Amino acid sequence: MFPVLLFYIFSLAIIASALMVIFSKQPINSVLFLIFSFINAAGIFLLAGAEFLALIMVIVYVGAVAVLFLFVIMMLDFNPDTIKKEVGKHLYVGLFIGFILFLEIILMMYSPELFSYEYQIVGNTVKTSLTNTEILGNLIYTEYFLQFQISGFILLVAMIGAIVLTLRHRDYVRRQIVSDQVARDPKLSIELVDIKLKIRK
Amino acid sequence: MPSILQDYLPIVIFMSLCMFITLLLILPPLLIAPKNPDPEKLSPYECGFEPFDDARSKFDIRFYLVAILFIIFDLEVAFLFPWALVFGDIGLFGFFSMMLFLGILTIGFIYEWKKGALEWD
Repeated sequence: MFPVLLFYIFSLAIIASALMVIFSKQPINSVLFLIFSFINAAGIFLLAGAEFLALIMVIVYVGAVAVLFLFVIMMLDFNPDTIKKEVGKHLYVGLFIGFILFLEIILMMYSPELFSYEYQIVGNTVKTSLTNTEILGNLIYTEYFLQFQISGFILLVAMIGAIVLTLRHRDYVRRQIVSDQVARDPKLSIELVDIKLKIRK
Repeated sequence: MPSILQDYLPIVIFMSLCMFITLLLILPPLLIAPKNPDPEKLSPYECGFEPFDDARSKFDIRFYLVAILFIIFDLEVAFLFPWALVFGDIGLFGFFSMMLFLGILTIGFIYEWKKGALEWD
């Protein structure tokens, strides 16, 4: 009874906050509602017994991805008034993509075999004494070796891509280089100049 | 009721208590307090003088770079948790699989170190 109640609370909160992501006027409020829906999704994962996924959801999505979204919104420098005008232009494209996604969800509910041959897995409970995290650990590093290494390469590409795209060194900034400062020689840095003095009459 | 839910019961109680106290602090002022907004009250107050600029100013791109690099290493650590938990069961293959993964990311780490992406000018 209690988990069922929690499930309805979490899923209602997800739907409500997802709607608020779309309809709130300030982009920053949208991001905060997005964070709230992430947290509730973590709650649903927990109810399903996926303990590791729930906590990774909180660490990665709430801790990192949401911060990234906040930075993007702070950097984009947009005005809520201009957005209202822009929305009309892209409304039909957005509605079209949303409609396709909605159809996909409907398809997934009624004919899951279209998406995967292993759809029978859904709904079967596995009796084991291992925890969720241990089951994942037993599979990721050996059974799914290739996918695991590909994820490593994707992270590498993301790292290099982010640096190539955003890193700009400024030449006018004078950095402190300690070794150069210590190695300074008075002979090189001080110059003595003889000045010929004229006596003014 | 699965057993892991019982482990998380204190967190649920804690969260609902948080929710209750927050609502207790927010809701009564919203409902009871008088509200007479006018343009002067709603305008941003900046120590008495007229506000110089819009609050939505552009930020330096370097904050974004730091956030992206943080996410990447965050994910790397996320992969380490289950690995550490089943370290005894997956054998040498699992060990070297992780070492290869860490090696790939270390290449990226050396690259960003040498590039100076970790320095804040």
